Amino acid sequence: MQTKRAMILVSNDPESIRLGADDLVKSLNDALAAYELQDEVDVSTIGDVGRADILPLVIVYPEATVYGPVKAGDARYLVEEHLYKGRVATDLLAPPKQLSGHIGWLRTRKGYNPAEQRVVLERAGRIDPDDIEDYIAHSGYEALGKAVTEMTPMQVIETVEKSGLQGRGGAGFPAGRKWRFVRGAEGDKKYVICNADESEPGTFKDRVVMEGDPHQVLEALAIAAYAIGADEGFIYIRGEYGVAYQRLEKAIRQAEEFGFLGNNIFGTDFNFHLHIHAGAGAYVCGEETALIESLEGKRGEPRTRPPYPTTNGLWNKPTLVNNVETLSNVPAILRNGPEWYKAIGTPSSPGTKVYTIMGNINFSGVIEVPMGITLREVINIYAKGMKPGSTFKMAQTGGASGSIIPAALQDTPMDFESFRKAGVSLGSGALLICDQNVCIVDLVKVLLQFFRFESCGKCTPCRIGTQRSYEIVERITQGQGQLEELDKLLEMAAEMERASNCGLGQTASAPVRDMLKHFRTEVEAHIRLGICPTGVCPMVVEEEAAPA
Amino acid sequence: MPAIKSLDELKRIREEALKKKEMKTASGSIQVIVAMGTCGIAAGARDTMKSVLNYIEENKVSGVSVTQTGCIGMCEHEPIVEVVVGEQPKVYYRKVNAEVAEKIMKEHVQGGKPVESNILPLQV
Repeated sequence: MQTKRAMILVSNDPESIRLGADDLVKSLNDALAAYELQDEVDVSTIGDVGRADILPLVIVYPEATVYGPVKAGDARYLVEEHLYKGRVATDLLAPPKQLSGHIGWLRTRKGYNPAEQRVVLERAGRIDPDDIEDYIAHSGYEALGKAVTEMTPMQVIETVEKSGLQGRGGAGFPAGRKWRFVRGAEGDKKYVICNADESEPGTFKDRVVMEGDPHQVLEALAIAAYAIGADEGFIYIRGEYGVAYQRLEKAIRQAEEFGFLGNNIFGTDFNFHLHIHAGAGAYVCGEETALIESLEGKRGEPRTRPPYPTTNGLWNKPTLVNNVETLSNVPAILRNGPEWYKAIGTPSSPGTKVYTIMGNINFSGVIEVPMGITLREVINIYAKGMKPGSTFKMAQTGGASGSIIPAALQDTPMDFESFRKAGVSLGSGALLICDQNVCIVDLVKVLLQFFRFESCGKCTPCRIGTQRSYEIVERITQGQGQLEELDKLLEMAAEMERASNCGLGQTASAPVRDMLKHFRTEVEAHIRLGICPTGVCPMVVEEEAAPA
Repeated sequence: MPAIKSLDELKRIREEALKKKEMKTASGSIQVIVAMGTCGIAAGARDTMKSVLNYIEENKVSGVSVTQTGCIGMCEHEPIVEVVVGEQPKVYYRKVNAEVAEKIMKEHVQGGKPVESNILPLQV
């Protein structure tokens, strides 16, 4: 097989085929033949990319230019302009997707960015985190007071269920349902744990919440404890978060003094004691069962499930584990009602999401936006565009175990359902935006390096899989790659996903699969031509560096 | 502080806290708020804070309260300092190192003229 310099992808979902995608493929092949480009350019097909407005659509790689709608009659023009003359066929360019009309926004836009929406970060950066009175002055502890004096635990759970709140740690499990499981579990004692072991590279949203508004986390934990019937709770915080640890510790002392934690909260017979525990820097301890093991004083290794923590958690008691951001939504939901919350975001994924944005963009930082906005909007509006001279190549979501999103998918609404459909993951909320100078193989190598280091070693697929995958990818960057090994990579990815004990191994292969799905041409250039198109990879075997 | 036993008590404390805040602005007093999240601290917010406090100490400035807050999401512009003079709109400053902080204290807090070079244009 000869190496191709470009690749044309044509959408072939049923709707595209109805609109003439098959004829388009044929016409493109004819046009390529007419310009004698058939040996240089490949035509292939692609499934639904979430742009129903421009079907049939055509994406031309390596530039990842998106055209649409393209008719069979346009094929010749497209081939002549883009592939023969090498410039963008402007007449056919797909329009940037308009803001989808069904995203709900809060009525008053009080954010710092044009359209930012703040629920979780409402007070962060506005109040003094060390001063409980400042929190109370901003409606603090009202939700807790309302819950314990006016609502039954079941009513609290129903409110959270009705709001449609989904877990923000990465998996998107409905929070209310989890609470109901723990409430219904049998046990003389129950625990609630806040998972604050935020260790995904590039993610620091939870830190911003804990540092800027620690009382909100405390209030939410107390509400959760009341709802599920727990009287003791833990915050398992990442060991590196020194400032957040101090602020939370101080906040707990203040809350105890004011009677929001401790015995007989708000004069009722509800008691809740909260402890804070710092992790020791293992990535795997963000996995809830490994977190529980670590909290029990054991080595941080994930447990075999079932049983799940909802029935057999900390010290074998029913335990609720929620992420900081998930919990931080709860006080606002109780204060304003589930209907208010449901109105934000999209019907299938209500609410907002906090993202940390970074990379080749003009503005890096933290944003909170409604669920359902697109990556293109994040880059153009919130990130103030790509850096001068940079064009968007891909984004890496959700830290290491997230997905790599190519340019073609940047108009997919960012909510749990749309992302699941497109086969990508929202992850934990980091968006690393990469430009044309980033090499996909190098990026994946760095991610795999992280996973092989952080794999706890308990189960074989993850322990061996991360190491062998890393070695193959490393060989590609050294110009020693073999084409057959790409299939081996995919095979290994499938095994790791199927047979790993916990989320680490199951998601560690995601970057590999995304790389081969969206950027295979670039990977093959490393192997077939022995060049790194971006010039990042050394393409020779370098002196062995000190082992990591 | 005795423990709060009812929603009404919470409401009362909330109102007191709000009143305290209002009194601060109504009396024309000046608040200097330094953003002290990890991002701020990493960018040098501790030096900024020290510089502000030093200036107050050395020049015997009165009627200024210095507090801290968390990250507002604009890590790129840290260290960020907010200055609120009485009921005037809040002014945000970006990249406030120790020298800029001193300048802000001298020209804005004492002189009443915002330091244009470091203003962060925000709609709040």
